[in-house]
Amino acid sequence: MTLTAELAELQQKVRRVAAAYGLDFFETVFEMVDWEAMNTVAAYEGFPVRYPHWRFGMSYDQISKSYSWGFSKIFELVINNDPCYAYLLQGNSLADQKLVMAHVYAHCDFFKNNLWFSPTNRRMVDELASHATRIQRHSSREGYDEVEAFLDSCLSLENLIDIYAPYATPGGRTKDRRRSRRVVRFEAKSYMDSFINPPEFIAEQRQKIEAERKRTPRFPERAERDVLYFLLEHAPLRDWQRDVIGMVREEAYYFAPQRLTKVMNEGWASFWHAKMMTEKLLEPHEFIDFAERHAGALAIQPGQLNPYKLGIELFRDIEDRWNKGRFGKEYEECDDLSVKRKWDTGLGRGRERIFEVRKIYNDVTFVDEFLTEDFCEEHKLFTYDYNPKTGRRELSGRDFREIKDRLLGQLANGGQPVIEVLDGNFRNRGELVLVHRHDGDDLDLGQARQTLQHLWRLWTRPVHVETVVDDRPRRLSYDGETHELVDL
Amino acid sequence: MVQKIDLDHTRFRKIVRGAIRRDLKKHVANGALIARRGSKTVSIPVPQIQLPRFRFGTNQGGGVGQGDGEVGDPIDGKQQQEGQAEAGDQAGEHALEVEITLEELAQILGEELELPNIQPKGKRQVTAEVNKYSGLRRVGPASLRHIRRTFKRALKREIASGRFGRHGGVVVPVPDDMRYRSWEPKLIPQSNAVILYMMDVSGSMGDEQKEIVRIEAFWIDTWLKSQYKHIETRYIVHDAEAKEVDEHTFFHLRESGGTKISSAYDLCDQIIDGEYPPDEWNIYPLHFSDGDNWSGGDTARCLDLLRESLLPKVNVFCYGQVRSTYGSGQFKNDLDNAFAGSELVITSDIPDKDGIMDSIKQFLGTGK
Repeated sequence: MTLTAELAELQQKVRRVAAAYGLDFFETVFEMVDWEAMNTVAAYEGFPVRYPHWRFGMSYDQISKSYSWGFSKIFELVINNDPCYAYLLQGNSLADQKLVMAHVYAHCDFFKNNLWFSPTNRRMVDELASHATRIQRHSSREGYDEVEAFLDSCLSLENLIDIYAPYATPGGRTKDRRRSRRVVRFEAKSYMDSFINPPEFIAEQRQKIEAERKRTPRFPERAERDVLYFLLEHAPLRDWQRDVIGMVREEAYYFAPQRLTKVMNEGWASFWHAKMMTEKLLEPHEFIDFAERHAGALAIQPGQLNPYKLGIELFRDIEDRWNKGRFGKEYEECDDLSVKRKWDTGLGRGRERIFEVRKIYNDVTFVDEFLTEDFCEEHKLFTYDYNPKTGRRELSGRDFREIKDRLLGQLANGGQPVIEVLDGNFRNRGELVLVHRHDGDDLDLGQARQTLQHLWRLWTRPVHVETVVDDRPRRLSYDGETHELVDL
Repeated sequence: MVQKIDLDHTRFRKIVRGAIRRDLKKHVANGALIARRGSKTVSIPVPQIQLPRFRFGTNQGGGVGQGDGEVGDPIDGKQQQEGQAEAGDQAGEHALEVEITLEELAQILGEELELPNIQPKGKRQVTAEVNKYSGLRRVGPASLRHIRRTFKRALKREIASGRFGRHGGVVVPVPDDMRYRSWEPKLIPQSNAVILYMMDVSGSMGDEQKEIVRIEAFWIDTWLKSQYKHIETRYIVHDAEAKEVDEHTFFHLRESGGTKISSAYDLCDQIIDGEYPPDEWNIYPLHFSDGDNWSGGDTARCLDLLRESLLPKVNVFCYGQVRSTYGSGQFKNDLDNAFAGSELVITSDIPDKDGIMDSIKQFLGTGK
């Protein structure tokens, strides 16, 4: 439904205010929906049309259940597209709608300007609608159950992509570069030759190349982090299956930046809605309602880190530090606490700095760079651990380094385990070996077993994953019938 | 603007039903569902619906939080668990709680056991006459006038005759426009059913046996409720004497006497005679015992009672024998011998909780 005249006017007002603060966004289309449509759109992850799949039905079931029980209400929903689409819930108060609009415009600014979003498709609404059509066509040709089962398998491997790849090789991936097979000699005058190209070194290089040539070629040449791509290229698939895998992979890459910038994106949006509302948009009688909403969104629960809260506080901290010049060698090496506390060089670069930050950082680099010891202390961050004796999670410390390490660990790779294709021709029998780059946390073995079954359906030969279980390197295998866990 | 999610949602519900059906034995044996009697829906944990992923194990996971507290303070808000923490073998299970109505669950049970829809007794089927307003006519009492249709007629007439708007848009019906509701008498088949649960509460029936009876009775009840609109349940307990009790007592009482089964059959017969004329009611007596009757003489009396008095009145008579360490289990043999070949008596042996499903199948599988 289109907006009422009153809301349309309000949108223009919010838009002007946002632009005046320097936010730079795609044009945004607001749709007014009732709660049922809202739940539907939310189940489709914000898009009006998705391919048919039961998992959307599942999220709809859960979203509408938790809505009808009053546990949660979807407040704001906006998608990264040009133009951005955002949804307003019918029946919300005017103050709420205003808040949502302000929040949404800041998200749109982030989508447009943050570098990690730069490779995403800005016509994703159309793209996803086309995916829906293609999958429906495959369904009617191959049978609904067939396509659904295949989609299940693909979706269960959806997180096995190389989320940093789009930035390393612009315009997608390049073919594997073969290393040159000849010994490189530098140009040199004859009397210098034995120094510039020492004979021993040349001989050694020659030997290396020879050894390389004799060795059985590896496949893939280097461990491949984009598992879906590897399957797309090398699994024995039919055309429609390749098409489906390709679509799943494309969607996974589209959604990946949202996982990479959750803290920043929500922090940025909250920072701006608070600023815009309190400085420009609120009527006096709306203050209490706004304060309640705002506090609700930023509330912290014990044992959980609220990305809205962490994000907004970090942005505020950055703005404050760059306004007062509280950074750099001089500030950090200052030992006098009283001087430090009153430190203010009147630099005034805060606003400029946060705009820079929203452009080039992602959650990992953001936390790595700006989470300071002072911040940790001021915001009472702590680490917690599972205590097997009591069966509960308990607060385990407030050490700055530890907190930061843990937080970075959680954020790294978007919170997913790093898994690569190690060998596509294991035992020379066409078996597939993945490797989990273990970084302290074990895989959930039950889930891993089931995931292997899905992988097997695509690869059709035995599949393995090498990982570490309870500090012992092990290999989990599935050959189509039985699972096996062996020590390496 | 938004495509309907119904298709995906229906598909999801179907998958849920499939998952429930796979574990039906477990769900059926789950006594906790009974506590939800009377509420419309139950929520059942269904494992392995969510798509599996390579993901980190969560159980021993630590993390970063925010707030006040000292080292060692628990942060997950749960009350201290009793005793040792559970072993970690549950870690991989990401169960999804789904809501399902008891009726739907009974339906699944029916499909899984291939229970036939119950045929109400043909010639005794009771019909009730009700008046249903389903048509219109041109004459009738003012209290039944159909205002909307009347004005519709009037409007049509005015437009057709070109007079519409002459009274400033006011439409005035003339007598010819009047329409009244009319009714038709309809025969509505009404099938009533009564289940009479009888349970042996003598000393040899232990808690485990009672639990089995309880669960089985619950499922039979739920299934029959999905088949009949009006269903009544009566509860009889007996040791050496029988008495009628309410539902709660039926499931909780523990006596410790001898066993005289005929007493229960006697009482059952009296109740039927007094309140449930067989030509109006579908009657299902269900008797659960460990099969240890007082004496051969009483058994003979039971068989007589059944043959002479009870069986002619009932749809089917079901006897479920719960295995116990004390019971001899002789009664089932006696019944089987006496009524071999009779379709009216169904006996079933329930060794343990896992036997409940099969027993239900035996009782209800005939569709009587």
